[in-house]
Amino acid sequence: MRVVLAEDLFLLRQGLVQLLESYDFEIVAAVDNGPALLDALVTLSPEVAVVDVRLPPTFTDEGLQAALEARRRCPGLPILVLSQHVEQLYAKELLADASGGIGYLLKDRVLNSDQFVDDIRRVADGGTAMDPQVISQLLAGRSRREPLSMLTPREREVLKLMAEGCSNTAIAQRLIVSQGAVAKYTTSIFGKLDLAPADDSNRRVLAVLAYLNGTRVDVS
Amino acid sequence: MNGVLEDMDAIAIANAHIRPALSRALQATGRGVVLAAAAVLSLALLVATTLATAFILLGVGVLLLPLLTPLVRRLTGLCRELAAHSGVAIATPYLPERPSEPGAVGWVQRCRSILTDPASWRDLLFLLLNVFVGFVLGLLPATLLVYAVEGLVLSSGFWMLIRESGVDFWYGFTPMNTWPRAALGALVSLAVFGIWVVAAPGVVAGHAHFAKALLGPGERALIASRMRHLSETRSDVINIQASELRRIERDLHDGAQARLVAIGMKLGAATRQLRTNPDVAETLLVDARNATANALEELRCLIRGIHPPVLAERGLEDAVRAIALESPIDVDITADVPGRLAAPAESAVYFAISELLTNVVKHANADRASIDLRHEDDALRAVVIDNGQGGADASVGTGLRGIERRCATFDGTFVLNSPEGGPTVAILELPCALYSPRTSSF
Repeated sequence: MRVVLAEDLFLLRQGLVQLLESYDFEIVAAVDNGPALLDALVTLSPEVAVVDVRLPPTFTDEGLQAALEARRRCPGLPILVLSQHVEQLYAKELLADASGGIGYLLKDRVLNSDQFVDDIRRVADGGTAMDPQVISQLLAGRSRREPLSMLTPREREVLKLMAEGCSNTAIAQRLIVSQGAVAKYTTSIFGKLDLAPADDSNRRVLAVLAYLNGTRVDVS
Repeated sequence: MNGVLEDMDAIAIANAHIRPALSRALQATGRGVVLAAAAVLSLALLVATTLATAFILLGVGVLLLPLLTPLVRRLTGLCRELAAHSGVAIATPYLPERPSEPGAVGWVQRCRSILTDPASWRDLLFLLLNVFVGFVLGLLPATLLVYAVEGLVLSSGFWMLIRESGVDFWYGFTPMNTWPRAALGALVSLAVFGIWVVAAPGVVAGHAHFAKALLGPGERALIASRMRHLSETRSDVINIQASELRRIERDLHDGAQARLVAIGMKLGAATRQLRTNPDVAETLLVDARNATANALEELRCLIRGIHPPVLAERGLEDAVRAIALESPIDVDITADVPGRLAAPAESAVYFAISELLTNVVKHANADRASIDLRHEDDALRAVVIDNGQGGADASVGTGLRGIERRCATFDGTFVLNSPEGGPTVAILELPCALYSPRTSSF
């Protein structure tokens, strides 16, 4: 799988290159600044990009801006954004186009390489990978509001995993329940939240995220 | 039809222009009368204070001066207040009162601080001049009004009563002894009335400017108060900074540093067990990985407390949006800040707003808040309003005191208005320049 990597710290860049190569990814470009990243994204059209939010030359959110700009030019270009901190504000911006193929994770997640590589693959397939911290912030922010409070604790757990981007199979594995049970939970959640159930897992995640974000993006 | 319309126009014009002018003139006249009374008091206080000062060497003055000075300052305070009504703001110039010892020593100390304050001597000069200036300027509007009313009353027919007693009453330059002359007198009195309406506020404002020249802080007092402010805020800054550094040091020492040591020890143990006991080694390695994640989380919190990444990356407006998103209550944000502020100001405003919002969530029992940020006239103004129960007091809460002090180091102001029952309004104003936004390269 062809990957573009953007990370300005040499050690971390090398570490990511080694990690991804050991999982048989092909690194087509490993850049260390915003303009080079945008250039690589647009000209090399990789199957997925792994991008650090903060990059030179401004050391602000250069990487995020490059990612958003690249997706404006090539809609749906799969990008996984990494950061030392997660902000709901950035998650909102990344999800705004509702076209999937987007990920936003803390750099800590790299420590669990199997899970991290799964996340990259899911994003490359047009899915989503949201950091659990983003999801718990979103849930905490809206927890006082109806109808989220009507969910049972178990349903909230399922909702959380769903929002992170997990498929029914993955949720079943994580919670150690049958797939049928997960399907029952999701149906009930969609019913309580008044969301249209969808088979396509990506649409499902986007619907949940849109709901949590309070943006109500129409994803159908 | 036209006539009626014109009448209505005339009424509208009267309502819009004449009434306010009349009420302004009347209020000014009232203030003038008070000023004239103050002028009389000025004379009394001038004499008393001069005598007290002269008698200091005899000892009586040492007792009298500290008793008289508050009266003098109350009078000058009244003049400042009246000047404020005329739109002339006069700052209080006195040096702050130093604590004095009880007994005779205290009286001497108080005398000394009164006599060494230049503002006391300027007050005395004001008393001297005000005896004349205050009396004349103060009574002028009232005199004009009385004279105009007198003319109107006489020309309406009262002149005949006076005429019967055999005296010619002179009004202005005409004796009122025939109707045509009375009519002339009426015209003159109308003119006087007009002059009163136009001139009364100006005359009283004139006194305000005179008062400002003597009762406002002199250059020395201004510099002194500026120095006082600077040294106070400087020591605040030093203290705040030192305690922040201390906190960061402690957090790093007990947090990240300790965790790194633990991780290193786990890795060491894992290395030893690798050959002989691979299962134990694996557990140790997983532990080490989890400990790394915890250390990262701790560092993240620490960094947020020092300088939030979103503030560095996006500036004040988006950083405030980010706090609002994380708040459990609904927060509306309006902003007009076309650019970036200097980093210290940005950080100060950010932490102040963050603190205010935390207070709203913790204490106000509110479910909505609004934040307005805007940069106008070289100052940033942040207004935080909530619909909670009110009753917040800046002098009690240490957090609110902290915001006040941090603002002061930027020559900014923090005002809190929180009546019992709400709503609470907090206004933060910081003078600071605006830089063009640090645009990214796209």
